[in-house]
Amino acid sequence: MTFMALPLPTATRALAAALAASSALALSAAGALAQDHDPDAVINIGSLYEPQNLDNTAGAGQGINEAFNGNVYEGLFVLTDDGDVEPRLAEDYTISEDGLVYTFTLKDGVTFHSGDPLTADDVKSSIERVVAENSASSRKRTLAVIEAIEVLDDRTLTVTLKSPSISLPYNLSYVWIVNDTAGDISASEDGTGPYVLREWRRGSALALVPFEGYWGDAPDNGGVMFQYFTDATAQNNALLTGAVDIITSVQSPDALSQFADNPDFTVSEGASTTKEIMAYNDRIAPFDDPMVRSALARAVDNEKLLNAIWGDYGTLIGSFVPPTDPWYVDLTDVNAYDPESARQMLAEAGYEDGFSFTLDTPDYDPHPIVAQFVQNELANVGVDVKINIITANEWYTKIYKAQDFEATLQEHVNHRDIVFYGNPDFYWGYDNPEVTRLIAESENVASIAEQTEMLTEANRIIAEDAASMWLYLYPQIVVSTSNVTGYPLNGLNSQFFVSDIKKAD
Amino acid sequence: MLAYILRRLLILLVSLFVAAVVLFVLLRLLPGDPAAALVGVGATPEQIAAAQAQIGSDRPLAVQFVAYLGDLARFDLGQSFVSRAPVLGEIGQRLGVTLPLTFAAFFLAMIIAVPLGILAAVRSDGWAGLTLSVVSQIGIAVPVFWLGILLVYQFSLTLRWLPSGGFPLRGYADPGRAVLSMVLPVLTIAIIMSASLMRYVRAAMLEVLNSDFLRTARALGESRNGALVRHGIRNAAVPVVSVLGIELATTFLGAVVVEQVFSLPGLGSMLLLGIQQRDYPNVQGVLIVSTLLVLLVGFVADIIQRLLDPRLREARR
Repeated sequence: MTFMALPLPTATRALAAALAASSALALSAAGALAQDHDPDAVINIGSLYEPQNLDNTAGAGQGINEAFNGNVYEGLFVLTDDGDVEPRLAEDYTISEDGLVYTFTLKDGVTFHSGDPLTADDVKSSIERVVAENSASSRKRTLAVIEAIEVLDDRTLTVTLKSPSISLPYNLSYVWIVNDTAGDISASEDGTGPYVLREWRRGSALALVPFEGYWGDAPDNGGVMFQYFTDATAQNNALLTGAVDIITSVQSPDALSQFADNPDFTVSEGASTTKEIMAYNDRIAPFDDPMVRSALARAVDNEKLLNAIWGDYGTLIGSFVPPTDPWYVDLTDVNAYDPESARQMLAEAGYEDGFSFTLDTPDYDPHPIVAQFVQNELANVGVDVKINIITANEWYTKIYKAQDFEATLQEHVNHRDIVFYGNPDFYWGYDNPEVTRLIAESENVASIAEQTEMLTEANRIIAEDAASMWLYLYPQIVVSTSNVTGYPLNGLNSQFFVSDIKKAD
Repeated sequence: MLAYILRRLLILLVSLFVAAVVLFVLLRLLPGDPAAALVGVGATPEQIAAAQAQIGSDRPLAVQFVAYLGDLARFDLGQSFVSRAPVLGEIGQRLGVTLPLTFAAFFLAMIIAVPLGILAAVRSDGWAGLTLSVVSQIGIAVPVFWLGILLVYQFSLTLRWLPSGGFPLRGYADPGRAVLSMVLPVLTIAIIMSASLMRYVRAAMLEVLNSDFLRTARALGESRNGALVRHGIRNAAVPVVSVLGIELATTFLGAVVVEQVFSLPGLGSMLLLGIQQRDYPNVQGVLIVSTLLVLLVGFVADIIQRLLDPRLREARR
């Protein structure tokens, strides 16, 4: 996956975190139904994200993470649905004093679907696949910090880094451990996960069945079938008619009404990692002045905007960091809606008569509506917004590559992407040396607590600087028939763990 | 006749060649680099160069063109940039959905349109003819996807008789579900198609009804219906067959929309996805195969027309 939803509308995906309330509800529901579920039931899952191939280093798209991460393939670590990083195929690991050498011990008794036992050589070749020359993995850059991988014995290996990287376990949660004899995995698989690929019919469906030799707990269902739709309406109809049991993400609020008040369905919401933002070009006047940016932030009523677009769904954010990132703090009070103070601040910054700017707006939902809303709100404080509609490709060349813009709208989908504010060359050109330092150094610290502390600090600074205008966080909505429970609500990084899904008789 | 078939076949091959050239040029004129699309947004220039080398888009256009024609001559449509699967194999699998859909809809449309069209012509002054004309006019005005949505609402969501979309994982190995999943799409196309077809049949029939030869046949003592069956239908069939050829081709291409409404894994969804992803081999393959099929339909329609109408055969002598 790329760092943000880009050219294709299909690449847009809300990744979400559970609201405490809804996840507690789902858990208690799962507990009540636990005895009644049918362990052989096949779960039909409707999805709009068909993988292009089955290799996550070969441009397969987010659909492959949804179907395969944690289900067919496992990593040394797993990013849980709550955003925690936990060991999976790693039994244990140690970090050298200088933070440069990680030593991993592998779990015993793990076998691949082909029957081969898991060895350290498989792990080495799997990491090498991700950083290889022709790899299209989104983790290639972050894992470029690896200098060498050395196999000590069948169950032990060391990874030596060029510079300390406290995020290594997190980044390794993206790396599938593939049998080193598997060869080309674009149409077949050989992983260690609880499910085996039984069949994939391109354009239609992908079926997984439980792996008999799985080292961990056996799945609570008799297999899953991902059914792929190209059209959201067709997907919703399939759920309404019982052809599928769950749909993994609802993209349009309009569609929800047919499920929300119907006892046959459960609508679950989480706060996602997809942020709708208005990014200024922070290099140029007047956006190089934090006072102006703060004033604009105070002039826009985000709550009203979110409500207009998503009704009761979605979450307000005070910065770029969503609640599932470890460095989240509630910053919605910083530069909260207050048009009166916005006018004052604009006057103080020397713009008592306002100013005008062009807002480059991608031509797909929800950006054009958001642009109009922002235009109205800013007109109230004397700022004139000219809306310029562009295509996704133009966005990429004009804004992302050439950085030729005043302000733009975009949705950023990733988990832990505050790091973009530490890169002064990024398209929005935010350059605060303190933030750059904090973000760079947070990677070299010795403990996750220190990393969290530093990034929390960076988070506060970007909020106070109003580096961009963070409008709202998309909701992540999963809808199921009410007899199905145990599915992940958050879908972080598009993952959809299916092993705990239960279907009542 | 044989000479005609051979000449017609030559025209078909030349048309296919021209289409292949046009396709090649058009796809390369499109903005956007497939290699850049393949490696994704944060890619470095080196990664893009590597991807270009991998898919061959770094070679001069002339070299690419010659390789492309060579491959085509051997029926090799290459490998998808994105899925890496052979294009021909995937087209074959998806034709298994699109062709049955097209032909079933086509025959159903004929079964509906031909008798009704004749009836509308014969009774053109009565209420039956008028009603049929109005209904067919409405049918032409209705967009095909809208009818699809209506049918889904009625037969899937309300009555729960038929699936609302999708195709079984095991395809025709699961015949019951495969057939059920085709019913609504076939109905959707057939209804829309029969509306326009009916109007052609009616027009052709009306012309025949007013013709001199029919009047002569009746003057020679044949009954109205007898004359119609012996002389009228065959004469009216000549223009209708040429229209049928065009209609069949249109149905095939129109299946793109219907496949989208019903989430069917046919050629249409392969084409749309290929365009989104700048997957040239897939797009090229689908278009070449579609072009070939449309040309073949025209070829067959021309031959049938000759067989029906001796005047066309005589004219060449």
